[in-house]
Amino acid sequence: MGQLKNFTKGFVKDNPVFVLLLGLCPALGVTTSAFNGLGMGLATTFVLVSSNIVVSIIKNQIPSKVRIPSYIVVIASFVTITDLVMEAYLPALFESLGLFIPLIVVNCLVMGRAEAFASKNNTWHSIVDGMGMGLGFAFALTVLGGLREILGAGEIFGWSVFAGDGMLVFVLAPGAFIGLGYLVALNNIVKKKMES
Amino acid sequence: MAKKESTFLNMVLTLIIVAAAASFTLATVYNLTKEPIERAREAARQEAIGLVLPEFDELRSMRLMPITGSDSLEFNLAFRDGDFVGVAVATYTRMGYSGLIRAMVGFTPEGEIIDVVPLQHAETPGLGDKIEKGKSDWSDQFRGFDPGVQVLKVRPDGGDVDNITAATITARAYADAIDRAFQTFKAHHSDIINKENE
Repeated sequence: MGQLKNFTKGFVKDNPVFVLLLGLCPALGVTTSAFNGLGMGLATTFVLVSSNIVVSIIKNQIPSKVRIPSYIVVIASFVTITDLVMEAYLPALFESLGLFIPLIVVNCLVMGRAEAFASKNNTWHSIVDGMGMGLGFAFALTVLGGLREILGAGEIFGWSVFAGDGMLVFVLAPGAFIGLGYLVALNNIVKKKMES
Repeated sequence: MAKKESTFLNMVLTLIIVAAAASFTLATVYNLTKEPIERAREAARQEAIGLVLPEFDELRSMRLMPITGSDSLEFNLAFRDGDFVGVAVATYTRMGYSGLIRAMVGFTPEGEIIDVVPLQHAETPGLGDKIEKGKSDWSDQFRGFDPGVQVLKVRPDGGDVDNITAATITARAYADAIDRAFQTFKAHHSDIINKENE
């Protein structure tokens, strides 16, 4: 598989949120605005790439029966590092995402890529996979967040799109599910077009 | 290189090494970020104090227990040329829609509110986050609010605080936080005035 294909698969073909339906907890929880979605997506990308690198390096040293606990320790360490560094140097972003950063550790996407990809491929391919999947995740969260922000509050990235109060339901949790449903359907159409 | 065998010794050693390496890394990062984190928190606190108080040249901090609530409140007494000009109270409420809300409330020596800014909250974006200054001018109503005369409750509860449309719980909680600060300030008013003469 070419590395370009490896990188781009995360956006439409194997998009973690729209196709694999992984990491739905943060995807539904933080996407109340496009900015939150983007921030969460980039933080997850960092954890994903870092843990993919380490897992691909140590994969041969880890006996297969204890690989899952070992990977979890690696992932949890990177999540904690992200948490601390963000609070120290990006306090404004930490304020809006702080609650969700520790949740990256239970994001099946990170564990899934470590187990399904990084533990079987070399470091370079694992970095590309982590970047592609992570940015695909960030892309999905930003789109979902943007959709909810526009429909719910009439804004995007804080810029006013239309005046008025917007549809309340899109700001609240049900709007996340409704929005995700339509985006999954849209992604399926795009995917079919690309394949035919 | 072949995969390591899953023998008992290999598994134990691997887990010990992985855990030790992770602990070491985390301890290092914790030590490196400890100071910047404290600085960021302190900067946020100082900024909030500056926003809710008139000009001052000396600040004295103390902690007082509120009449209701389980945690103490931080009182920052401000002085200018030795005169007591106001107090910034870091208050909180647990009545919010999602989790703890913390706010900084500034009072004049007579107990009138100068201004209020939220320090921390996780209220619904687009609804409850209207308590933030940048999001709406809702909290401007507290400027010059006199809790000695007016009642710190939302109008549906019989008070004088305007509601936030579709976020009554948040508005009620915010009023509760401010009221906690005011009641504590009132109860310790004479102590605080005495402090001025020390």
